[in-house]
Amino acid sequence: MIRAALVLLLLSGPALAIGNPADMLPDPAQEARAREIGRELRCLVCQNESIEDSNADLARDLRLLVRERIRAGDSDAQVVAFLRDRYGDFVLLRPPFNASTAALWLSPALVLAGGILTMWLVRRRGHAAPAGPAPLSPEEQARLAALEAEARR
Amino acid sequence: MTPALRRRLLLLAPFGIVAAGGAAFYGMLQGLQTGEFNPRGVPSVLIGRPAPAFDLPEVPGAEVPLFRHADIAPPGRPVIVNFWASWCVPCVVEHPQLMALSREGVPVFGIAYKDRPEDSRGFLRRHGNPFARLARDEPGRAAIDWGVYGVPETYLLDAQGIIRWRFAGAVTPEILAREIRPLLRRYAS
Repeated sequence: MIRAALVLLLLSGPALAIGNPADMLPDPAQEARAREIGRELRCLVCQNESIEDSNADLARDLRLLVRERIRAGDSDAQVVAFLRDRYGDFVLLRPPFNASTAALWLSPALVLAGGILTMWLVRRRGHAAPAGPAPLSPEEQARLAALEAEARR
Repeated sequence: MTPALRRRLLLLAPFGIVAAGGAAFYGMLQGLQTGEFNPRGVPSVLIGRPAPAFDLPEVPGAEVPLFRHADIAPPGRPVIVNFWASWCVPCVVEHPQLMALSREGVPVFGIAYKDRPEDSRGFLRRHGNPFARLARDEPGRAAIDWGVYGVPETYLLDAQGIIRWRFAGAVTPEILAREIRPLLRRYAS
């Protein structure tokens, strides 16, 4: 029984959130556009899913809203602007580059640069000639000469 | 710096990093407890903008005057707008704070979000009604215009009807004391 349930679970593929055909636009081209836009919009509730993938109530409302705007004749950019007006840059799964997202976009480059710098420093230190012992002071030299003279005797 | 001192400082560095991390984590937990820090928080873009227009029906039988856009355009004094629902657990948590504001004479306007009228009525009967005016947004469309992404959400509007503050989540006594009351004082004139 449990095994059968497991097999069923494995066989069932990932379900698209937009399950209700009544929610889709009758025009396939418009529906394709709606999906394209929806995949770029973040579900504010689950936050790591697009509104096309999410099962949250709000995601469904936003999906319907996107389709409503498209039916009203909005361009893709207008639809996105409509939602950005209400939820800000946060609603975009690909946030634009600006002062508050600079750290987000630049951090991979910074980490890479830090790694390269570290490697360069480590290698340079490895290549530097090992420092020999300090040269002898005059007293040490005098003592050495005395010892050598003694040994020769 | 002598090499020995430098070596000792280097040994201390990991301890320093761990201590700083611990302090930051403690601060985060404190913030989570008071509701000041919300890791899933979405900043509102409506701050500094006038409240969006809406035209909503009343909650039948609740015997609370209908909350219209005209009531806050402009309200003439700072007001609180609260999105809530009877099915929302944090709404029960924050309810005493809304009641306190209402008792002090602060206008608290409510919008019942995706809630059936009979459920909204039952909630207000059980917990008391803090709302001077009330509207019903069952489809949740007006809420989207406000940038609401979950209930409860609380907005503070100044006398001109400009949104000055938004809080997503239950308004705790700490939030009330630390944020809402100072803001009400600041925008009182």
